Amino acid sequence: MNFYLLSLIKTAIVVGIFMHVLAYLQWIERKVIAHVQLRVGPRRVGPHGLLQPLADVIKLVTKEDILPSHVNKVFYFLAPFIAVTFALISISVIPFGPIITVGGVRTAMQLTDLNIGVLFIFGISGLGVYGVALAGWASNNKYALMGGLRSSAQMISYELPMALALSAPLLILNTLSLREIANGQAGFYLGFIPRWSIFQMPFPQIFSFILFLIAGFAETNRVPFDLPEAENELVAGFHVEYASMKFASFFMAEYANMVTVSCVATLLFLGGWHPIFPEKYGSGLIPVAIFAGSALLCFFHAANPARPFDRITLPVFGLLFLGAAGLFLLPPVQFILLPLFWFSAKVLIILFVFIWVRATLPRFRYDQLMRFAWTFMFPVALINLFITALLVALFP
Amino acid sequence: MDALLFMIFAAIAVICGINLVVQTHPISSALSLVGVMGALAALYLLLGGEFIAAAQLVVYAGAIMVLFVFVIMLLNAGTEKKMVVRPLGKYLGAPFLLIFFGMIAYMIQRILPASSPVVFGAFQGGTAAEIGRSLFTVYLLPFEVTSVLILIAILGAIVLARKEVD
Repeated sequence: MNFYLLSLIKTAIVVGIFMHVLAYLQWIERKVIAHVQLRVGPRRVGPHGLLQPLADVIKLVTKEDILPSHVNKVFYFLAPFIAVTFALISISVIPFGPIITVGGVRTAMQLTDLNIGVLFIFGISGLGVYGVALAGWASNNKYALMGGLRSSAQMISYELPMALALSAPLLILNTLSLREIANGQAGFYLGFIPRWSIFQMPFPQIFSFILFLIAGFAETNRVPFDLPEAENELVAGFHVEYASMKFASFFMAEYANMVTVSCVATLLFLGGWHPIFPEKYGSGLIPVAIFAGSALLCFFHAANPARPFDRITLPVFGLLFLGAAGLFLLPPVQFILLPLFWFSAKVLIILFVFIWVRATLPRFRYDQLMRFAWTFMFPVALINLFITALLVALFP
Repeated sequence: MDALLFMIFAAIAVICGINLVVQTHPISSALSLVGVMGALAALYLLLGGEFIAAAQLVVYAGAIMVLFVFVIMLLNAGTEKKMVVRPLGKYLGAPFLLIFFGMIAYMIQRILPASSPVVFGAFQGGTAAEIGRSLFTVYLLPFEVTSVLILIAILGAIVLARKEVD
């Protein structure tokens, strides 16, 4: 098929799904935090609040877009644009699955495979900091400026341990292309231990995985490193002067960055779309079991409803889950869905950790944040890199 | 296609470069420089230097220029004042600049052979593996000497900064 047509179709699919994921990530975050704090979370709009993202988008689009009189207009408009653009570009090099053949067309489940994929993501995410820094500066407001300054200092500091943590698995896998990185983690030790980077010989990359995740929290300005937008100190930090869609762009950028970090962690450390144990022991049945189990749970709660509404909504969800479970048993779509399932499951688990940490941990102080980066993260990442390099050289 | 892309990114680089000099506010100038770096990275990519392009983006546009912007924002540097231009510089400056550019163009034309135009995508040694191999074999000594030089510069900066504090 025509390369341009194929690319357009794939882009449409990826962008469509990505935008929905970003919108619903916020719903998931609110629900998870609500349950951690023993609340129910959004449940007014639609069944179980499922239409809440739509309501939020309508609210944000129709809100009055205030332009404060004291801002630097060019950079004030440029900043959210920069932030959201560089946050969304990274998804274009993420592979979601193996190379597949659909209707005689052979294509990769990925928009494009760069042979510098890791460096590309790293460079693009490094440019994203301009959005935050400029927003803080152009707002001409001392709280916003403090937020912008904190953000740039934090991102410069945490990029270093992040790069060092990323280099260690690259030494073992010996490539920069994200597709080859994921393929280099296929297979199993002793028939059941997956060859993911966090288990891979000669030096399991569990430390660099943890370091990467911590640096990822700092790079995406998430709790416990959300000092650029610390509410009780800076009102809202760098986006205090923004309203309406410009404010929404910063939020979109934050969630897109979270998804990117989770995808990179999945690809580099958790083996991408490769299952946790071999197919011959029935790893292909895990999604079926999960969806069927969810369906049964829905039916059980529909039979014993906690709220009158549940009697109608939960059987519908149960049927949907049963349908999903059935899809995973159909051979014509199974080969697409299984890699996608493993990839999304790993990404969602890391995203859940992001939300979980937000719901439980308090915020760092600014000096603690900097000391942690330079006196703990950096040396540990360096030592980890040295040990990995030594072992890779000794046992090639 | 390659020639078109080259034209676009070369134009962006030149416009950003001119903008860097024309702008009076340091933040605008710094961001123009980021634009130059980004356009140069795209040009490297067109020539087949993938690793250099990525390094340009990560190191220059992503790290060094963020530091520049950070320092400008931290010091809250304002718009710079226009200097008084003397009539001598005003009338002689432009002709001398033109002569200077003409000399550079002439020299480049004399030094470079005219019969070898640049071919996009013909260069194959731009991958990370190739660059790593040449850095650790052919260019090992210059590479190590450079890193020692940078280390000395870092130590020097610390010594100077410490003297200031005491």
